[in-house]
Amino acid sequence: MNKPLAPTGLNLNEPLLWEMGKPGRSGFSMPTRDVEPFPLDDDLAGEGPDFPDLSEMGVVRHYTRLSQWNFGVDTGMYPLGSCTMKYNPKINEKVSQLRGFSGLHPMLPAPMTQGALRLMARLERFLGEITAMDAVSLQPAAGAQGELAGMLLIHAYLKDRGIKRNKIIIPDTAHGTNPASAALCGYRPVRVASGEKGILTPESVAQVMDEDTAGIMITNPNTLGLFEENIKDIARIVHEKGGQVYCDGANMNAIMGMVHMGNSGVDVLHLNLHKTFSTPHGGGGPGAGPVCVASHLAPFLPTPRIIEKDGLYHVSEDFPQSIGRLHSFLGNFGVMIKAYAYILSMGAAGLRKTSQLAVLNANYIKENLKSVLQLPYDRPCMHECVFSDKLQRDQKITTLDMAKRLMDFGFHPPTIYFPLVVDGAIMIEPTETESLEEIDRFIEAFKMVAAEAEQSPDLLRGAPKRCRVERLDETLAARRPCLMG
Amino acid sequence: MRYLPHTPEDMAAMLQAVGRESLDDLFATVPDECRRRDTMNLPEPLTEWELDDHMAALSGESEPHTAAMVFMGAGRYEHFIPESIRYLLGRSELTTAYTPYQPEMSQGTLQAIYEYQTLTARLLGLDAANASLYDGASALAEALLMAMRVTRKKKVALSGLIHPHYLQVVQTYLEPAGLEIILLPYLENGRTDVSGLQSEDDLAAVALQSPNFWGCIEDLGGMGDLCRENGAFFVTAFTEPLAYGIFKSPGSQGAHIACGEGQSFGIPRWFGGPGLGMFACRCQYMRNMPGRLVGQTEDKQGRRGFVLTLATREQHIRREKATSNICTNSSLCALTASMYMASLGGTGIKELSRLNYDKAAYLKESLRHAGFNIPFASSCFNEFVVEFPPDFETTYNRLLKKNMVAGLPLSKWYPELKHHYLLCVTEVRTRADMDAFVKEVAS
Repeated sequence: MNKPLAPTGLNLNEPLLWEMGKPGRSGFSMPTRDVEPFPLDDDLAGEGPDFPDLSEMGVVRHYTRLSQWNFGVDTGMYPLGSCTMKYNPKINEKVSQLRGFSGLHPMLPAPMTQGALRLMARLERFLGEITAMDAVSLQPAAGAQGELAGMLLIHAYLKDRGIKRNKIIIPDTAHGTNPASAALCGYRPVRVASGEKGILTPESVAQVMDEDTAGIMITNPNTLGLFEENIKDIARIVHEKGGQVYCDGANMNAIMGMVHMGNSGVDVLHLNLHKTFSTPHGGGGPGAGPVCVASHLAPFLPTPRIIEKDGLYHVSEDFPQSIGRLHSFLGNFGVMIKAYAYILSMGAAGLRKTSQLAVLNANYIKENLKSVLQLPYDRPCMHECVFSDKLQRDQKITTLDMAKRLMDFGFHPPTIYFPLVVDGAIMIEPTETESLEEIDRFIEAFKMVAAEAEQSPDLLRGAPKRCRVERLDETLAARRPCLMG
Repeated sequence: MRYLPHTPEDMAAMLQAVGRESLDDLFATVPDECRRRDTMNLPEPLTEWELDDHMAALSGESEPHTAAMVFMGAGRYEHFIPESIRYLLGRSELTTAYTPYQPEMSQGTLQAIYEYQTLTARLLGLDAANASLYDGASALAEALLMAMRVTRKKKVALSGLIHPHYLQVVQTYLEPAGLEIILLPYLENGRTDVSGLQSEDDLAAVALQSPNFWGCIEDLGGMGDLCRENGAFFVTAFTEPLAYGIFKSPGSQGAHIACGEGQSFGIPRWFGGPGLGMFACRCQYMRNMPGRLVGQTEDKQGRRGFVLTLATREQHIRREKATSNICTNSSLCALTASMYMASLGGTGIKELSRLNYDKAAYLKESLRHAGFNIPFASSCFNEFVVEFPPDFETTYNRLLKKNMVAGLPLSKWYPELKHHYLLCVTEVRTRADMDAFVKEVAS
């Protein structure tokens, strides 16, 4: 690689907020006081918090410098598996901040909020169309809350039919949030291993599916990046025993316009607007995790719901079978705006193309890296591919070492050590927005890292060298937790 | 499409490299019965310019109302947001990053969240804050689940003056697991009646909101003493953290956990979301906390750095035994809140908080003076309840036409409080606004 992406750059030091400032400074334009002070009860009055006082420029420089220590999708390729780090369109940021959206109080009388409610009603319809499901709630605040909503829906549906169950089937390839969400509903996860091909077999599900089991949580495409080809048979087995099929739709980016979820036997699925629908991840949120259901689960969707009556949109809590409320208000509306704008920009053909190119990019990486990294399941993949560090272990080089070394080439590392079914997993999801040249550069960098692993492994063990800091001691952080200064 | 960089030549070359005939052919592993044959029924794609117009029109439907005099709070508050914060949130290194799993490439997010945790813990008078939860309502639900984990008890007592939406969310989270909720009544002065608690000895937690839904400041100290005796976790919730600029912090009054909504700190109302679930506790319960935590550490050269830590509590390691299922939280909103707290500073937050207190008091006293009943005598912050005459609904609708929103009618949640309205005033309302409002409602 003659022109590495990551040269060393000017990078300024910056202290912690409270190591700066002087009492009496301010970064806030205080409104004029136009009322007299009103007596304050001495028993209730406090000291106020110990915050540093900074000027406006002090604050601006602080966060500008911190931002320069960070790497985002706008900086470079960020192939974190199962995270769908695609480009976040800038026009969506702009329109999300329009005053008629951002300045809106959620409890205003409905006639004052028609634009916002119409946007939500249309987005519900779009997502129902994309997933081929019958009804949608936009309320869950993120993927894990969408999963929780899905579990609560199944729980409420079964309860309504007088059925009490205490287990749920979860494959070993599932996201960790799945068992944690199920546990909140009092369901004990029953683990089922994926078969030789990296996908679930109907037989393994039939073995554990019984009349104490509420259903199955299945991620499709799964976290090995493979399509669960037996989904329909599995759904039939679960349904025959009175269970429900929940699909984790975190990987929806692979299958828009290509797969019919409604016809695949899925009863409920959640989406991540901050993955598939291009809203920025914000360094860990806010996201949005809408939940889409088949018609028999619709009466149980979270309230409030948006209804149309006499040409006017309203917010209604009048759904007596509902699982209830999940969010302080109607959900993360600010995120919904961006997903809505994205869908309008792409259209049906654009979304279909998106999934096709996401799958093409992942297969291209898989084909090009399998000569240097072990590929546990050598099959056509969907939007991501999973390798391991098996070939590097002779040199005592781990997945972590390779991930850290990739940083020195200017790439964010893939997801590592997940899924758990692959020892030393390296999970790569390029997304559709990376160009062939960029992907070639990534492949070249990874091949270089693999070559270094053989020839000069210490380079990897010492990596990263070009980041703001060298490898950080995570054990120390956990042994002696220091969570505040 | 401008977001898809592949040229036809790129696609051909890549298909050849993977040994496929066509893009469709990439989906050969999808069985026929799962394949989608129809075209998705979505609108024709818009250009950037058409989209801009379309969104402006949708937003425009409500735009005139955003300039309204909205005397409504109830969990979403109108505060001035410094332009510097809006500008800094355009730093896409921060906005387009994922959860900081690779700390060496994420020191910006990590230091900022560490600072957020610190300022939050200082504000709430506690030892440790997490990196954020979704919103105030789910933060309260998580606090109660945490209390039940630690105490191994299955019953909680909640003030009936907690935001009604929060109570609904708590019910959604707690009910399927068979956990019991007792609702505490209120006193004549607008505070929670905790007298019935003496007879309860199997409580995992007692939760109060302060300022409560009616804006009244609760007797946190008294409740803290009571919890010390009966062994229950004392959980305090809030919808308006700015109050702690002038009122005693929950931690100083004996709270084990303080949690609530941080929207007031620089986040637009955005029709109710996203918001910010703030969450802090005493340090001995740190390992039982839900959500992400950022901790300080060192790199190989001994330089200060930050990482996500204590991950063994979390879903990706502990799976069904995790302290919460949360993964993506509200990180960018936490960052925003931190920028806001830093912009105000210790001096500024006291001043702004006091200004909010004084303005609300001014409107309350003006309404009292104009002959309206102010039913609850307790000290309040930003919000208070007023009883208007029985025919006030007509006035309410007349004021809507003048772009004035006369608060939130309370009878939906408290049927006994007919014609009672919850009013809110922050620093954005001028004395002239309030005078005009009083004149209108009195006429």
